[in-house]
Amino acid sequence: MNHFPEAWGRPRDDIYGSYNASYLPQSRGGLQSHHQPTTHTQQPIVTGTSVLALKFSTGVVIAADNLASYGSLARFTDVHRLKPFNKRAVVGFGGDVSDMQYLDRLLNSLDVEENYTSPTGDAKSDDDRALVDAPLMSAKNLHTYLAKVMYKRRTDFNPLWNALLVCGLDEKDQPFLASADLLGTTFSAPSMATGFGAHLAQPLLRRVAPDEAATQELSKEKAVEAIKECMKVLFYRDARSMNEYSVAVIDQSGVELKEDEKLENQSWAFADRIKGYGTQTV
Amino acid sequence: MASLFQQSMPSTGPGYSFASAPTHHSSSGPRQHAFYPYTDNGGSTLGISGATFTILAGDTRSTSGYNINSRYAPKLFRIGGDGPENEGARIVLSVVGFAADGNALKERLDTMVKMYRYQHGKEISVHACAQRLSHILYGKRFFPYYVTAILGGLDDEGKGALYSYDPVGSYEREQCRAAGAASSLIMPFLDNQVNLKNQYDPASGEGLEKVMRVPEPLPQETVEQLVRDAFTSAVERHIEVGDGLQMMIITKEGVQETFTPLKKD
Amino acid sequence: MFRNNYDNDSVTFSPQGRIFQVEYAQEAVKQGSVVVGIVSKTHAVLAALKRNAEELSSYQRKIIPIDTHYGIALAGLASDARVLSNFMKQQSLASRLTYGRPILLSDITSRIGDRAQTNTQHYGKRPYGVGLLIAGVDARGPHLFEFQPSGVTVECVAGGIGARSQMARTYLERNLDEFENCSREELIKHALRALKDSLSQDKELTVDNTSLGVGGMEENFKMYEGQDIAGWLETTFENKQEGGQAAEGSGEGMELDS
Repeated sequence: MNHFPEAWGRPRDDIYGSYNASYLPQSRGGLQSHHQPTTHTQQPIVTGTSVLALKFSTGVVIAADNLASYGSLARFTDVHRLKPFNKRAVVGFGGDVSDMQYLDRLLNSLDVEENYTSPTGDAKSDDDRALVDAPLMSAKNLHTYLAKVMYKRRTDFNPLWNALLVCGLDEKDQPFLASADLLGTTFSAPSMATGFGAHLAQPLLRRVAPDEAATQELSKEKAVEAIKECMKVLFYRDARSMNEYSVAVIDQSGVELKEDEKLENQSWAFADRIKGYGTQTV
Repeated sequence: MASLFQQSMPSTGPGYSFASAPTHHSSSGPRQHAFYPYTDNGGSTLGISGATFTILAGDTRSTSGYNINSRYAPKLFRIGGDGPENEGARIVLSVVGFAADGNALKERLDTMVKMYRYQHGKEISVHACAQRLSHILYGKRFFPYYVTAILGGLDDEGKGALYSYDPVGSYEREQCRAAGAASSLIMPFLDNQVNLKNQYDPASGEGLEKVMRVPEPLPQETVEQLVRDAFTSAVERHIEVGDGLQMMIITKEGVQETFTPLKKD
Repeated sequence: MFRNNYDNDSVTFSPQGRIFQVEYAQEAVKQGSVVVGIVSKTHAVLAALKRNAEELSSYQRKIIPIDTHYGIALAGLASDARVLSNFMKQQSLASRLTYGRPILLSDITSRIGDRAQTNTQHYGKRPYGVGLLIAGVDARGPHLFEFQPSGVTVECVAGGIGARSQMARTYLERNLDEFENCSREELIKHALRALKDSLSQDKELTVDNTSLGVGGMEENFKMYEGQDIAGWLETTFENKQEGGQAAEGSGEGMELDS
C-alpha cells in the first residue's frame, strides 16, 4: 500500500489504473492546449412556436399554443407560454422554454419588488384609492425593461433565445403591443406574430388591422375571432404547433386568460390536394 | 427560402426527421459563432443641410429578411431637451442598420446630452455633440454599434450643420448624406442635385472650357422636395424601403416633424 | 472640562444613546437659509430664500430641478447637496432608461435616505450636512418629502427647513387644512407667505432673493426666479396688506416673527 500522503484519499492506481489527466491543460499533465472557452446558449433546445397578438379598440388579444417541442418531437403538451405580469400586462414567449422559465422567474421577482413598496400615504377618497391601487408597471414599462434585459444578454454573447410579445395597456390605459427578441431588437405594430406566425398569420392579421386607425374601430369579439382563425391556420401548416392553446385578452377590466382552449371547426378538406413536398407532382 | 427559416427554426436542434439537417459542424472541437449578435433591419436615411436649416429624413419600415416587422418604426430621434418627449430639443439623430444598436446609441447620446445640460447649465452645441457621438461609437470599436448615424442641427452661427458617421466613429461635416439600404441609390442623386456634380454651366464652352456649376445652399422647399423625390424613387427599387417617410426639419424655431405615407408594397 | 468624548466620529453612541456628529450635521441644516414646500391635490410647490455671501456676489442656488417631474430645495452645505442631486439625477435617468418611467418620489427619497444612513455607520465618514425638500408629481400624485442628514425621511403635506424655519412651519401648521384643495396660484401664495414669515423684520422678499419651484399633474417641474416671480410677490403681499388685519392667522404669524 502506498503510504505517502500524496496518495491519501485518492483511488488506488493498482486497482483503478492511473488517473486520466487528458482533460487537463498541458501545464497539469493533460492534453488540452488551453482551457476551453466559456460557452453560453448557442441554440435553443426545447422550443415553443409562434405567438400572435392583435390590438383592438380598448385592449389587446394574445395567443400561443401549449406545445413545447424537442426538435421535431412534440415533447410537452401542457406548457403555458402566456405569462400574466399584472392587471395590465401579459408576456407571450416564443423560442427556448428554459429561457422562458428564467424570464418568468425574473418577472416574478420584479413583480414582488414592485409590490413591496406599499402605497405611500393614505387614500382619502375613491379617486385616491384608484391612484394608489393602480399597478405601477404598465405594459410599456415592462417592455422597456425586458428589451433591456434581452439586449444586455445579447451584448454579453449569452442570449436568451426567445422572441417576446409584450401586450396590455400603457400608462394612459391605451392598448400597447410590442416585441423584443434575442438580439434586443424591438418594434411595435397593430398586429404582431413571432416565428412561423410572422409568415402565416401576420398577413391575415394585417388584413383585419392594416394600421392603428383600424384597431380603433376593431371590436374585442372581432379581434379574438381573427386570432383564433390564425391559430387554426398555423395548426394546419406549422408542423411544430398543436390544437390546444392559450389566449388572453387584456383591457381596462384586467387580464382574462384561458389556458386550455381547443381549435374548433377544423376543416382538412384542403389536405387531399397536397401532394408531397414541393417537387413531387404525381 | 433558406433565409426565411434561419431565424425562426432551430437550426441544430436534436432529432431532425429529414435528411437536410445541417451537418457541416458535426466535427469535434469547440464550435464557434453559433450566435451572431447582429441583424439588419433595413431602411434608409438621409440628411441635407441648408443656410438656416437642416433636414433629416428616414423611412419608417422595419424589416428582418423578407418580413416587414413594422410599418412605423422611426429612425429619427430628437436628442436632448426635456423629458422623454425631448421637448425643446435642437439636435436630431438618425440611425440605420441594426435597430437595437441604434436604440442603444440614441439612448446613450440622449442621456449624455441631458447630463451635459444639467452639469453645465446650457445646451450642448451640435459640434460638441457630434464629437461626443464619435467617441461613443469608437468606444465600441471592437464590438461596434452596427449603425450608420447622421446627426443634424444648427451650428453656433445658425447655419445648418450635418455630421455623418461610420459604425466605428469616423465622422465629417457634410452638405448632404444618404445612409442605409438605399444609400447607393440616393447618394448619387444627391451628389448631382445638391453638390451639382457633373453639372456644367451651359453658357460656358466645350471640352476643357466647360465650367462646373458651383453648389450653394438650397432653399428649404427645394430640399424638402428633393427628399420626397429621393424616397419615392428608392421605394420603387428597394424592397427594404417603404411604408412612411418621417422628416425632421431643424430651424431656429425648433424641430418640426412631418410624416408622409410611402408605398407599402 | 465639559469636553464631549462622544463626538469624534459618527459611529459611536453617547451613553445617552445619541450620535453627536449626526446632531451637529443637523445644526448645519439650521444654518442654511430657509426653504418651504407645500403640496395640494394637484400641485407641489417649493419656495426658497437665497442668500448672497456679500453684496457683490451672486445668490446661491437653493432649488435644483432634477427630472421633469420633480425638484429639490436645499438648506445647509450646498456642496453636499450637489453630490446628492447628482446621484438623484443619475437614478432618475436610470429609471427612465430601464423602465421608461419617471422614478417615484418615495423611491428616490428612500435611496438618498439609505445613502445618508451609511455615512452614519461607517468609521471615517461624515454625515451629509444638508437637508432637502423633495417635491413633485409621480404616478401616485403630488408629493413632498423631507430628508435629513441622519437619513430620516418623512412625507409631509407642508414643511420647512433652514434658519428660522420654525416661523414658516407655524404659518404652515395654521393653514394646514386649506392646502389640500388649493389652486396652483393659492398654493404658491401660501408658500411665499410662509417664507416671508421666516424673515427677520428688516428683510423683504425680492425678485433677487426668492426662488420658486412648481410641479403639477399637468405640468413639468419648473423653477422660477427673477422677474418671473415679480407678479406673485406683488399679488401675494398686496393681498396681505389689505386682508392682513382680517385674517388673524397671518397677523399672529407676524407677531411671532419679532
